[in-house]
Amino acid sequence: MEHPALVTQASLLWLIPALPLLGFVVNALFGAPLQRAFGKRLIHTVAIGAVAASFFVALYFFGRMLGADPEQRTLQETLWNLFTAGRLSVDLAFSLDPLSMTLVLVITGIGALIHLFSVGYMADEPSYWRYFGYLNLFVFAMLLLVMGDNFAVLFFGWEGVGLASYLLIAFWYSDPEKARAGMKAFVVNRIGDFGFLLGLLLLFWALGGGWVERPGLARTVEYAPVAELRPLDPAIGAADADALAPRVKGVKVGPTLSFRELHDQISVEETGVRERLLHATLWGMPVLSIVGILLFVGAMGKSAQIPLYVWLPDAMAGPTPVSALIHAATMVTAGVYMVARLSFLFALSASAMGWVALVGAATAALGASIAFFQYDIKKVLAYSTVSQLGFMFIGVGVGAYWAGTYHLLTHAFFKATLFLCAGSVILGCHHEQDMRRMGGLGRHMPLTRSAYLVACIAIAGFPVANGFYSKDEILWKAFTSDHLALFGTPTPWLGPAIYLIGIATAVGTSFYMFRSYYMTFTGPYRGGGHRHEHNEDPHAATAARHPALSASAHASDGAVHAAHGEHGGRAPVPHESPWTVTLVLLVLATGSVLTLLLGLPALWTGTSPLFERWLEPVVAKVRFREVGHELEGLFQLFGVLAAALGWLAARALYREARSPLPGRMKERFFRAWTVVYNKYYVDELYALAVVRPTIRLAALLFWIDAHLVDGLVNLVGRIARFASAISDVIDRYAVDKAVDGVAVLTRGAGRRLRRVQTGHIQTYLYGALGGALVVVLLNYLIR
Amino acid sequence: MTITLVHYLVVGALLFALGLVTVATRRNAVGVLMGVELVLNGANVNFVAFGRYGGDAVGGSVFALFVIVLAAAEAAVGLAIVLALFQTSKSIDVRQADLLRE
Amino acid sequence: MPPSLRRLVAWAAASVVVVLFLVVLASLAITPAAREALAPREGEGGAVAVLFYALSAVALLGAAAVAFARNIVYSALGLLAALLGAGSLYVLLSADFVAIAQLLVYVGGVMVLVLFAVMLTNKITEVNVSNASFGLFGGLLLLVAMGPLLVAVALLTPWRDLAPGPLAPTTSALGDALLTRWLLPFEVASLVLLATLVGAVIIARKELKEG
Repeated sequence: MEHPALVTQASLLWLIPALPLLGFVVNALFGAPLQRAFGKRLIHTVAIGAVAASFFVALYFFGRMLGADPEQRTLQETLWNLFTAGRLSVDLAFSLDPLSMTLVLVITGIGALIHLFSVGYMADEPSYWRYFGYLNLFVFAMLLLVMGDNFAVLFFGWEGVGLASYLLIAFWYSDPEKARAGMKAFVVNRIGDFGFLLGLLLLFWALGGGWVERPGLARTVEYAPVAELRPLDPAIGAADADALAPRVKGVKVGPTLSFRELHDQISVEETGVRERLLHATLWGMPVLSIVGILLFVGAMGKSAQIPLYVWLPDAMAGPTPVSALIHAATMVTAGVYMVARLSFLFALSASAMGWVALVGAATAALGASIAFFQYDIKKVLAYSTVSQLGFMFIGVGVGAYWAGTYHLLTHAFFKATLFLCAGSVILGCHHEQDMRRMGGLGRHMPLTRSAYLVACIAIAGFPVANGFYSKDEILWKAFTSDHLALFGTPTPWLGPAIYLIGIATAVGTSFYMFRSYYMTFTGPYRGGGHRHEHNEDPHAATAARHPALSASAHASDGAVHAAHGEHGGRAPVPHESPWTVTLVLLVLATGSVLTLLLGLPALWTGTSPLFERWLEPVVAKVRFREVGHELEGLFQLFGVLAAALGWLAARALYREARSPLPGRMKERFFRAWTVVYNKYYVDELYALAVVRPTIRLAALLFWIDAHLVDGLVNLVGRIARFASAISDVIDRYAVDKAVDGVAVLTRGAGRRLRRVQTGHIQTYLYGALGGALVVVLLNYLIR
Repeated sequence: MTITLVHYLVVGALLFALGLVTVATRRNAVGVLMGVELVLNGANVNFVAFGRYGGDAVGGSVFALFVIVLAAAEAAVGLAIVLALFQTSKSIDVRQADLLRE
Repeated sequence: MPPSLRRLVAWAAASVVVVLFLVVLASLAITPAAREALAPREGEGGAVAVLFYALSAVALLGAAAVAFARNIVYSALGLLAALLGAGSLYVLLSADFVAIAQLLVYVGGVMVLVLFAVMLTNKITEVNVSNASFGLFGGLLLLVAMGPLLVAVALLTPWRDLAPGPLAPTTSALGDALLTRWLLPFEVASLVLLATLVGAVIIARKELKEG
């Protein structure tokens, strides 16, 4: 685009994040007394009501957007000025464009459904109000993130979701395992955020030069005649900052953190900003690549890419709805959103794009491989999420922004379905999470099974559900990408290489998903009663003795017994979950199917997919190789074949648990199996290489503080005491003695002088005579 | 050699000095008084000598007379005091009369 | 330091001081004046001189006895001699009335009084003079310090050299002077005598009474 984007001012956009915020405030401040007074009903009504209301407001704006011209679908609202520094002014501003609208609908819609699910799931939880408060807080922060019009608001939301995620993972904080998991998530996130911040600051710094007037800059520049572009001019207020900035073709050129302004400055050639960015280097490396990589570090942390994915599997310690909402549908997708939002920046740097795509591909493969052998159903889903996020980053990395976002959308549906089904299963099996002790649940929980199956079909990539369409598009675009480079050198082979990795991962995805399906829902039921057992997977749930307690030592999910009464403690039959659970499952499963309509490929329909057209105005355009349609159709077939291959393999090995092959193969390749099962020992490596040195550094610094610093302080104290002791000695022996000495001297002198008074007249006579003689002498001496 | 004024003055001076020594050294109170008489006598010699050799013989003599009178008076009173002292302390050692000491 | 040693040290110091004093004074004052003053002069001598020397010797010896004699009676006798000697000198100085007055009052009155006192006070206590402190040596020091000084003054002062008048009786002139020029001192002296009389009687008598 060579002209600035058209923006429509809207009001009441702020309602969308404000309603969940209100829900959070109410539940956080008054939740405990309200719950005591009116029961849990009020709590969840407030929470669900807030999110649902937000959803409906979003729907209203969605409608408005649909009605508007495709080029004019950006709604913007500025609330107030956060701060002005020099000529930079940062506002609290929201904008809704097609990209953020998509995410808002996902967040509020699926969020509302998951709130509903939580009603049944967390029914026995005493800290009900805290849970729903945190959920609302999360929704608020996520909405800030996606609706933020500038980096500041986005970063606020970015940090906020990190906080909410921590609070929710460590919801049952009295269990040290869970608390540690929460801390791990937060710390790893923080590392990512640090990279993000570095990237942001570097970008701002690099642009600084671009905002300075250079002589002979451009051709048709309409600079304001008086204003000079020195960035250090103190502007008085936001309005003045705005007024002082020169405008080029209607685009304000000056320091800014706003996405739209930045986008406009870059897209309009005459401002010279784009030229500046392309040629700026830092220590010999192009700044844009570094910025892109650093911003992606933030995405690595938030969206669980290599090497910062380690927190996501541990995050399964939180309640299952939390895993569904945060670690499947929304928070982890923040990184993808960020890359899509900043597509105009990434598109300028082929190295950054290549890096993103490569890391995404590697993560996809790694995640899938680990998921092969996990026994905990939530772990399987967690690694699956890691893997699918890798796919999303492949998509936005190669430049297929709409495809990556579409995969985000489809993934939100089917992964949420999968997680909630897992929750239902765990509920039904009385907190059992180990798939080896499940089996045959299809008979007892048919609805859950159907939903799970649909979601498996979606994730595997069969054309009957939405997963196929997004994944296929991503892989196709990866193969035909033309604009990738790594560290400056163009790599035309990277695209096809990524495609190969992707297709292999697709096979693996299908395999492990159907493995989990067959192990859980087919075959005999292997579950037992309330037994305390520790197997290799410490996160496998073992039955809780006291289900009513919210923080039991081994349960990793809240117990929900109230819905189906107490049990005597012997092998119970798994049962279907209540309607609040199954309804949500069915809705989400249906959504997984229906949303395929958004992505029907051009090959079939003749026009570009709906979603692509929806997002087109707001994302950058990247060049792809023009390849024939037949090849595309062939690749689609490959995708289906990959899915089928994985399914068949899983079916053969795990269906009805009949085949002894899995056991024998495991024995045969036990060492390799152990490595993969233990997640390639990455956590242990981190603990050794990063955590322990850090802790030791902290201990060292503590030692320095306690001994050196405090020692110095104590030393000063001791010196003072010593000085005062000396002073005391001086006082006692010198000063007092001196004072006493004066008295003694006086007395002694007096005693001696008294002896002059002898009382003898003759002595006095001698004295008088002596004195007279002295006077005589003096007379002669002085004269 | 002609006896001049100086001779008489020297004698008077010596008498005076010896009288002073007596006053200063004798322990007996009467001895002290004797010394006082000597002193006065030495002064008298001086007076009379000056009277003769200084032109005013009468003046010198008158002065000497008065000195004699007063010396006598003082001796009387002094001796009375000594006697009184002797009565109280049974000793006329001036060293004993030291009630005014420190 | 034992007391005796301390005393010795004190006496030595005192002697040194006195000697130093004399030396200093001599060097500063006496010697310059002495050179011109003590030039020997010629004059008539004769019997008067001899008499003078003899009488002076008597007086001075007597005075020395008063100062240095151990026995108080010897001192009294020495005093007698000194008084007599002084009286004789008055005669030589043509102050006849004064000489006689001296004899009458001093020798006849005061001397008797002193002797009486000596007798009265001698019987009971044995008073031996010359004790330790300020004893003989102290007296000698004092003599050495004072004597030369006074003598030097007498010798060295440039007196007006007036010729002495003729030897003549002074009684009538004295009488005239006492009642004309020297009337007031005469009367005061008589008052003093009166007071003395009364006082002495009172002092002595009281003690006698109580004794």
